[in-house]
This record gives sequence, C-alpha cells and structure tokens, in this order.
Amino acid sequence: MSEGFDISRRGLLAGVAAFTAAAIAPGVMLYAQPAPQAASARSRWGILIDVNQCDANCDGCVSACAKEFGLTSFDRPTTDPQWIRKLTVTDPDTGNSHSFPVMCQHCKHPPCVDVCPTGASFIRADGIVLVDRHLCIGCRYCMMACPYKARNFVHENIKDQKSYAPRGKGTVESCTMCVHRIDDGRKPACVEACASGGRAAMLFGDLNDPNSEIARRVAAVSSSQIRADLRTDPAIRYQGL
Amino acid sequence: MSTSSISHGHSFQALAGRSLGFWALLGFFLLFVAIGGLSSLYMETNGHWVTGMNNQVPWGLPHACAVFLLVASTGALNIASLGSVFSKDDYRPLGRLSALSAMAVQAGGLFILLLDLGRADRLIVAMTNYNFTSIFCLNIVLYNGFFAIVTTYLYMMMEPRLEPFYRPVAFSAFVWRLAVTTGTGSIFGLMVSRMAFHSAIMAPMFIALSLSFGLAMFLVILAFLQVGARRPAPSAQLQHRMLVLLAVFVAVSLYMVAVHHVTSFYSAERRDFERYILGGDGLYPVLMWVGFGLVGSVLPLLILLVPFKAVGTQARLFVSSIGVIAGGLCLMYTIIVGGESFPIDLFPGKVVSSTFFDGVVGTYTPSTPELFLSLGGFALVGLILVVGLWVLELLPSRRESR
Repeated sequence: MSEGFDISRRGLLAGVAAFTAAAIAPGVMLYAQPAPQAASARSRWGILIDVNQCDANCDGCVSACAKEFGLTSFDRPTTDPQWIRKLTVTDPDTGNSHSFPVMCQHCKHPPCVDVCPTGASFIRADGIVLVDRHLCIGCRYCMMACPYKARNFVHENIKDQKSYAPRGKGTVESCTMCVHRIDDGRKPACVEACASGGRAAMLFGDLNDPNSEIARRVAAVSSSQIRADLRTDPAIRYQGL
Repeated sequence: MSTSSISHGHSFQALAGRSLGFWALLGFFLLFVAIGGLSSLYMETNGHWVTGMNNQVPWGLPHACAVFLLVASTGALNIASLGSVFSKDDYRPLGRLSALSAMAVQAGGLFILLLDLGRADRLIVAMTNYNFTSIFCLNIVLYNGFFAIVTTYLYMMMEPRLEPFYRPVAFSAFVWRLAVTTGTGSIFGLMVSRMAFHSAIMAPMFIALSLSFGLAMFLVILAFLQVGARRPAPSAQLQHRMLVLLAVFVAVSLYMVAVHHVTSFYSAERRDFERYILGGDGLYPVLMWVGFGLVGSVLPLLILLVPFKAVGTQARLFVSSIGVIAGGLCLMYTIIVGGESFPIDLFPGKVVSSTFFDGVVGTYTPSTPELFLSLGGFALVGLILVVGLWVLELLPSRRESR
C-alpha cells in the first residue's frame, strides 16, 4: 500500500516536473536570447539636413516615412498624418527660397515631454523623443506645446499596422527617428530614401561620437537649429539655412 | 420645504422636489448629460475626424466651454469666501449654495474636458501616472483637491459643532481656489510655442476672469432658483452689494484682458497675431469686440452702474450676468481656438508653406457632437445643483431672506 503510494507520488512529481518544464521552456528560451541593448546616454542620434542639397521637387523622405509607418491618407488633409513634411521657406525681402523636410526635432529639452500629464511623451537616454501609446490619453497638450508643429493626433481607425511601430486611434504620434531601425543598426527610412532617390541631403549619426561623420560635419560647417532661441536644443540640424 | 437645523445663526432648507417642474428639470438635465456622454462615445468610436478639430487646431469648442466652466467654478465660490474669509455676514446665508455651485460648475467643466480626450476610457491612466513638470498634471491634483476642500468647507458650514475649524478651512478653500485658477491660466501662460499664449499675465488674468464669470454664474443660478423654485430674493442691501461687486469684477477682467493685448501689441514679434485676433476680418475680432468687449463687459458695466429707475436691481443683475457669461464664452473661444488657429512661427520673418498647412490660418468649425458634449457639461452643472439642493439643506430659509 505504502509502496504503491510512493510510486504514484514519484509519478506525480515527475509529471508535474515535466509539465512545468514544458510550460516554462519557451520563456526560458526567450530569456536565453541576448537582451536588446538599452538606449545609451553615450549616444545622441541626430540628423543634419543640407537645405542647399534638398530638391524642392523631391518628397522621397515624406513617401518613405509614410510607407515605413503605414501612414495612409483618408483624403482629409487637415486630419491626415504627416510625421515629416517638406517646408518651403522664403525670405520676403530677398525672394531667397529653400525647401527642406521638417519633422520632430528630438529636442534635448522637449516641451512636449514637459507638458505631458501622464509621462506618455518621453525622451530616451539617446535623445530620441517618443510617445508611449499605452500612457497617452489623447489630451493633445503636446500638440499645443510643440514649437515645431511636429505632432499628429490619430483621428481615424487604423488598419494594417506595422508590428515595429504600433499606432493608436485617439493618441498622439510623431516621428520616432525610426527608432526600430536605429536599434537594429540601420538608418532612418527618410535618410535612406534621400540617399538612394534624392541628393543625399540628410546625414544621420551620433552627434556625441566625435569620429562620426555627422559630428565631424557639424564641427566643420555652419549649421543651425529651428527656433534655437527657444533653447530646446533639437537633434535635427540644418546646413545652409 | 423642510427646515434644517440652524448653523452659524442662519437656517437652511432643501428643495421639496415634489413639483412636476422639478422632475421635468431633472429629466431635462439628465437627458442632455446622456446626450453629451453619447457624443463623446461617438467621437471616440469613430475617431476625432468626425469633429471640427484637426492637426492644426487640436482644441475646439469643448475646450473653450470646459475652460470657461473651470475658470467660473472657482469664482462661484466668491460668495462663500466673502461670508467666511472676509467676514461679510450678509453673504453667509448664500455660502452653502455658493460652495455647491462651485463644485457643480467644476464638475461640468471636467466632464467636457475628460470626455473630449482621445482616449476618455483611460481616465485611470491619468489618475495613476503623474508627470509633475506638467501643469495639466498639477491641475489634476488641484481640481481633485478643490473638490475635497470645498466638500469639507461645505460640511463645516452645515455642522455647527465644527465651528472652530470653519475659518481655517474657509481660508484654505480661498487660497486653493486661487491656486486652481493660477493652474488653469498657466496651461496657456506656460506654452512657449505659440504667440497667442506664452505670457505671465495669463494666470492673474484668469483669476480676474474667474471672479466675474463665477459671480455671474452664481447670480444666474440664484435667479433661476427665485423664478423656478419661488425662492425669495436676497435683501435689497445684498443685491446692491452684489451689483457693485460684479461691476468691479467685470471692470478688472476687462482691464486685465486689455493689458494683455496692449502689451502684446507693443512687441513687434506679436503684432501680427494681435492684428489677426483684434483687427482681422474673421470671426475672432467679432467675438473679441462684440462678444467679450461689448456684450460681456461694456453693456454689463452700463447696466450695473447706471441707475435705471425703471428696472429693478434683480433684473439688472440677471441681464448683466447673462452678458458676462456670453462674453466669457466668446473670450475663451477666442483665446483657445483663435490662438491655435494662428500659424506657429517656425521661421520668424519668413514666408512658410507646406502640405501640412504651415504658415496658413488653421480652420475649425464646431461639429454637432462637440456642441452636444459642451451642452452636456452645462447640463451636468444643472443636474448636480438640482440633486444637491434637493438632498441637502443648502438654501437659506424664507425667513433668512427677508
């Protein structure tokens, strides 16, 4: 009687052990993967845009962004999303005109982060400004506070979302500097498109790395930030403005 | 009418709630609150493209109405503060109604503001995640605190045994209401990005506006109680005091708004905006000059200060209060929607254009759901007042008013 009980207990224990192993194995395997590298404050990702190189008739960066994030038009221009747009800036006194892209400027001191009541707008250690779609309540205060008009509100139902950049109706969104690509060691979609289909007017890199091409360029040539007077210190710089 | 126990030397009553009119009014308010809620659901389900708001004008009519109510709510506490903080005993019988009005008006404003969120269902996120560099976040604390303090204040007014704590709580409520309105004004005053808003005068201006909007709201509530519930009018002396008080508040509000625009006009970088909002050919200059200036300020001042013998003080108070409220709504619409519609200046002094409407005036037309959501907020004010006055003994007894 007692022996029989022992055997069944062993069997039970073995069964429980086998079940547990089967249940947690996928998790263990997941954890066994190398952890993704956390954003580091050693880097500050930025883009230098040479406005003299930018072709007024080219919108390759805009199209690439829309394709990358599935930003579809509903033929409602005032509510359709545009994370990056081409601006034409003309000096009314001289007639001098430039066309170049403007997107989230990924400020070091972002007003959108300051005003966000829930902390949904945040800045990563490497300077990329993002929106946590789970925390955003859709108050649009960041849209009011952004000096660059870079934020969009998701006004429509969204279909066919990209797994690497989920969007959410009723929340606010903006350029992520293609953070999913950067974490993968690739360049933002707009920069890549500009290099392949445009005149390579956009240079992406680590502003904090003195050996990077962008750091060398901003050290060598005159560049400026939009509304530098506001001291938000954008990571997007413009050459030739 | 039932008579309550006497507190602080005054006696109070609740609404009997037996008339058909009472239930009809209750039903009316409930219906509009429900329609407001359904409007919000409609906007959230379909997405905000069904509203007039867009990426250029992210805040619309609901925000103008919500901010108006939030500003007015703290001012609706004026009467209670005058009785308890400033020891004007004439006002004491109206203190309870003033406290309830303040909470009701604030609840109406928050109803609109919260139900206009892109994700109104995430209210719990807003209540559990705080970013204290955000004035919005601080306002959540301030609004919640306002309800807590005014509820305590009201309880103190109703409980004679707590007499020793009455004045400290009344004083706290007075200080808190100043903080709340400072917070509401700072939503705009701290916004560096837009020409229309960034100004230190916003907070004190909103406090001045709260004094006039709030007193006007309170006087309209009082007038409706006189007509609808056949409540006796305040004494002639009190009426005269409130008349002078409203005139002073309206004058101070007008002064603050004038100073705000004159100082802005002095600055070359803001001149284009001032020309747009005060001198353009659109809707906003009309709302400013005719709505706020004439209907909301000059006419009420004339009605209040010129002694028309043919018209009684009560009628003058009521008509001027309606004017102040209408003008206040026009002003809030102009500040918020008008301010947003002016293009953001990315490149000062340059001409800018894009497919994202850079450099052009933003367009906005309020939609039906937005209108009904806004009306729902006002209906909630009425609903809370009707229910509050029915279940609690907050109205001065008839004897008090003589």
